[in-house]
Amino acid sequence: MAGLELLSDQGFRLDGRRPHELRKIECRMGVFAQADGSAYIEQGNTKVLAAVYGPHEMRGSKSRGLHHKVLINCQYSMATFSTGERKRRPRGDRKSQEMTLHLKQTFEAAIMTQLYPRSQIDIFVEVLQADGGNYSTCVNAATLALVDAGIPLKDYVCACTTGFVNDTPMVDISFVEESLGGPQLTVAVLPKSEQIVLLEMASRLHVDYLNKVLKTAVKGCKDVYVILDEVVRNHVAQIASSVGSE
Amino acid sequence: ANTDVLVGVKAELDAPESSQPNRGRLEFFVDCTANADPEFEGRGGEDLALGISSALSQAFSSSNCLDLCSLCVLPGQQVWLLYVDVLILECGGSLLDAVSLAVKAALMNTKIPAVTVNTTEEGSSEIEVSDDPYDVNNLEVSKVPCIVTLTRVGHQFVVDATKEEQACSIGHLSVAVTESGSLTAVRKTGSGSLHPESILDILQTAQEIGINLNQQLVEKVKLESSVKKDRRGFLT
Repeated sequence: MAGLELLSDQGFRLDGRRPHELRKIECRMGVFAQADGSAYIEQGNTKVLAAVYGPHEMRGSKSRGLHHKVLINCQYSMATFSTGERKRRPRGDRKSQEMTLHLKQTFEAAIMTQLYPRSQIDIFVEVLQADGGNYSTCVNAATLALVDAGIPLKDYVCACTTGFVNDTPMVDISFVEESLGGPQLTVAVLPKSEQIVLLEMASRLHVDYLNKVLKTAVKGCKDVYVILDEVVRNHVAQIASSVGSE
Repeated sequence: ANTDVLVGVKAELDAPESSQPNRGRLEFFVDCTANADPEFEGRGGEDLALGISSALSQAFSSSNCLDLCSLCVLPGQQVWLLYVDVLILECGGSLLDAVSLAVKAALMNTKIPAVTVNTTEEGSSEIEVSDDPYDVNNLEVSKVPCIVTLTRVGHQFVVDATKEEQACSIGHLSVAVTESGSLTAVRKTGSGSLHPESILDILQTAQEIGINLNQQLVEKVKLESSVKKDRRGFLT
């Protein structure tokens, strides 16, 4: 494959990871005072900021409001300096609009929307550095921001992009692994119930392999869940102790 | 609330402007993200962004702010084009001041790869960009201005105004000051009017503050780059 071996004979990937290994995930919750909830997450070199506003009254025309559930409004945007080649526009292109739509669908399935009729929740994600798995990282960031905002969720939403090389599924693929082609499966799951809220596949994959790749992807999502849950617990413990000491 | 700004500088080789064939180019792009204010969603932040980017290009328009001639590779054919991309993540007042500080800090940190120009036998020139990450040139930023905004609240002028102070003010005067104290741009914004006498006072105050601000920024950035920390992004 173009001189680059994505998976060595010893079973290591280009960045030295094993196929089932996630990149290092680091996150912080409550980065902005102004938003109702916010989070910053790094998955390897992919860096994403998420902010959540709401639930609040409908902004703009009231007629957009839904009488039986909350309206979820998302925006996916990428910093112009986030990619190798400079982007001309941070948002509004087809790719961003598609991502926006995917985010909206994902979180409509996870937020308890029936609790806030005739209101609106805004989820804004901003990619600061793009190094593969942008969508998954955005979902993970948005989940943390929603938790920070205290919005009732059915469960965390954890996402993971999985590639498939040499009959081996590789979780959390980086930009290089993404750009060399090959099938890619992005899944977002509710880890406790293993319900899949988003499933997207690019390129071609034999149906016999699908189950194997999907299983690995779901396992990847569950690994992400463990990390996110720990971050949330630490964050809440920190807040609780600072409140208690006053 | 805090004011949070992130600036990225990207350099590209591009053709120069025909009126200035031996000068590099500088382009400012400001993006007001929805993170800062839901009102900025979609195209909502464009007016503010345009205001900031025009103020920046005005402050940098003086020819000796940044030595653009040093960014020339092949006169009339290839020059470095610096894209200065500003991302506004949270605005809690004095946005322009914060942006100008971030831009200066980012320019201090900018490394331009070394370029060699070889002339081939046919007489045409070939440009070779070094791929050694340590074979780089830094920009000369000692004359890059910082912007100081004085906000009129009642009969007083305040610096580094908060969002609330800005909301009850009738006029702002933004002054771009270099480290040596020269003023490269002045612009008045807001709906009210200012008396000429007070403007002279403001300019003097802004100059003093600007000199100090520049020095503090340079010290801070030097300290930051000298300390070797295993830092990743915003997380320390």
